[in-house]
Amino acid sequence: MQWYTLDTWIVVIGVLCATACALLGNFLVLRRMSMMGDAISHAVLPGLAVAFLISGSRSSLVMFIGAGVVGLLTAVFVQWVHTFGRVDRGAAMGVVFTTLFAIGLVLIVRAAHAVDLDPGCVLYGSIELAPWDTVAVGPWLVPRAVVVLGSVLALNTLVVGVFYKELNISSFDPALATTLGINARAMQYLLMTLVAITTVAAFEAIGSILVIAMLIVPAAAAHLLTDRLGSMIAVSLVFAAVSAALGHVAAIVVPGWVGATDTMTSGMMATVAGGLFAITVLAAPRHGVVSRVVVRRRLRGRILREDALGLLYRLEEQDQPVTRSELVDRLRTALVIGGGVATRAFRGLVRRGLAEPAAESLRLTDAGRVRARQLVRTHRLWESYLYEHLAVPADHVHDTAMDLEHVTDPAMREALADHAADAAEDPHGTMIPPA
Amino acid sequence: MTTAPASRRAARERPHVATGAEHHPDAPLSIHDMTVAYHRKPVIWDIDLDIPAGKLVGIVGPNGAGKSTLIKACLDLVPRASGRVLVYGRPYPEQRRRVAYVPQRETVDWEYPINALGLVTMGRYGQIGWFRPVTRRHRAAARAALERVGMQDYADRQISQLSGGQQQRVFLARALVQDADLYLMDEPFAGVDAATERAIVQVLRDLQAAGRTVLVVHHDLQTVPTYFDWVLLLNMRVVAFGPTAEVFTEDNLRKTYGGKLTLLDAAAQAMARAQR
Repeated sequence: MQWYTLDTWIVVIGVLCATACALLGNFLVLRRMSMMGDAISHAVLPGLAVAFLISGSRSSLVMFIGAGVVGLLTAVFVQWVHTFGRVDRGAAMGVVFTTLFAIGLVLIVRAAHAVDLDPGCVLYGSIELAPWDTVAVGPWLVPRAVVVLGSVLALNTLVVGVFYKELNISSFDPALATTLGINARAMQYLLMTLVAITTVAAFEAIGSILVIAMLIVPAAAAHLLTDRLGSMIAVSLVFAAVSAALGHVAAIVVPGWVGATDTMTSGMMATVAGGLFAITVLAAPRHGVVSRVVVRRRLRGRILREDALGLLYRLEEQDQPVTRSELVDRLRTALVIGGGVATRAFRGLVRRGLAEPAAESLRLTDAGRVRARQLVRTHRLWESYLYEHLAVPADHVHDTAMDLEHVTDPAMREALADHAADAAEDPHGTMIPPA
Repeated sequence: MTTAPASRRAARERPHVATGAEHHPDAPLSIHDMTVAYHRKPVIWDIDLDIPAGKLVGIVGPNGAGKSTLIKACLDLVPRASGRVLVYGRPYPEQRRRVAYVPQRETVDWEYPINALGLVTMGRYGQIGWFRPVTRRHRAAARAALERVGMQDYADRQISQLSGGQQQRVFLARALVQDADLYLMDEPFAGVDAATERAIVQVLRDLQAAGRTVLVVHHDLQTVPTYFDWVLLLNMRVVAFGPTAEVFTEDNLRKTYGGKLTLLDAAAQAMARAQR
């Protein structure tokens, strides 16, 4: 892989874009307004056109003012359509942004022949060309995009820093914010104005698709990984920066693998962000798919071991020595499980010191016997409770008790015992072991 | 308009229920001829009453009676078509600090990245003011509020990891931390466990003992006589408003709820129990 100064600048521009977007994206995601980023990134078009028509200039400042005004208007119009048109917010956004986008297109085509609007550029941007367009900052020649995006990132950071409390409370509970004298609607409009400005700044470099991706994906991933707003923002910024940097590396490396010669950096940045998001969805510690599967498997393992423990206790109760393979067979038929699973359950008991090998078979250790007695006690207490208090027929109580015994804590068990104070035996006439 | 004359008559008999110019100048909450409409369809109308100081007031009425709307309209959360709201004799926007609001639990996203302590601290944001950070003093106040609702051990829990009742208690703590004089609560007892219900009742009693005024939207008629010393029976208009012992009658309930007799029987039994 060949790395030039140019590549460094591309990565810098990408990281600035991505972090500026991701910072605001946190609040969009938390307000369930993810699509507002999409809406505004389209709706700013007439703002740009009008700003150009009025000033005759394409300077960044003029464009930002145009974008900021239209961003604010978009938010206001969406609110109006939502309130007065009695349509839901998503539909209101759809109406407003398509209309504004259309007006923008008309304005550009009719009046501003001078503006070249290449659809490809709008979608994907031209980050590869951005480093060539330089301005002098003191003694250095720096890409204009770095200066513009750096300023926008600084602006976003400043506003989020200054209004952190207010953005936080009005995102979580706008009604509370209002009763405390914090104008939730004003915070909303401020946020939308910033989104519009950021969108325009990032547009040229990375295109509208990546703007939308960077507004939403890092924040959505961070939401899965964290449970405080501060850490969510931090994680989203790291996520965005890593996606941008890896995206460019991938844009250089990946085409070689598939025999192509070149690919779009901005496209690869979005792809990497999407890939990292997929990994997050799978692997997030609390909300992730993998952790849910692991939790479920652990629970299943514990239930099987408890059933195996109960079986050993019952056999001991009946003074019925059985061989190890008979044990496995009994557990298999009782629970309708595979032999391997049953064997593993007994092995788990031995490993945990609840059972030990004896002669041809297994027997409970002292600790195992205590634990097993509690389980069987819970089981039989449930049986007698279901039978006596809930009028469940005696031949139906076993299966229900089988499920409940695994989720009954000691306090609940003794509460049950109070209800079954007189019962020394379960409905089948077996003794309920003492506590 | 069968009930308006009844409330006018009531107005002459009791100083707190007044119409027109007869409002008490220092009432915690004074509602003057309020009407609220959604899309030009009136939801509640002719609301004209003074909430007396230091009382626990229950607001009851059937679904769609406008109970939540009444509270929200007082707090400027929904626009009023007409009418005025005074808090301790002054317009509400000047008195925000003296009013705390407990919204319904479903109004917020419980997956929001915040823990119980952070949520309660939000109650202080108004007092902290713009451009200032949350300090240790505010967090200490939030911890104390959590303790008052028995939730001090859950301060660091992310809010989605709390049960429904615990979430409701955290909401209540957030109102307590505002240290207001007037509390407006929207269905705080909805779907909570027995422990939470006891905790909330205790908090209500403590607030009353401290001279605060509390307005609670309530749905369980059975507990009205034991929880509230004043009651507002609402069905788009005020059906009756006054001390529970006087106005929480079968007759008034019938006017409020129409023909839902099973509900009324339950309430009648509750009344009988309370009187015994």
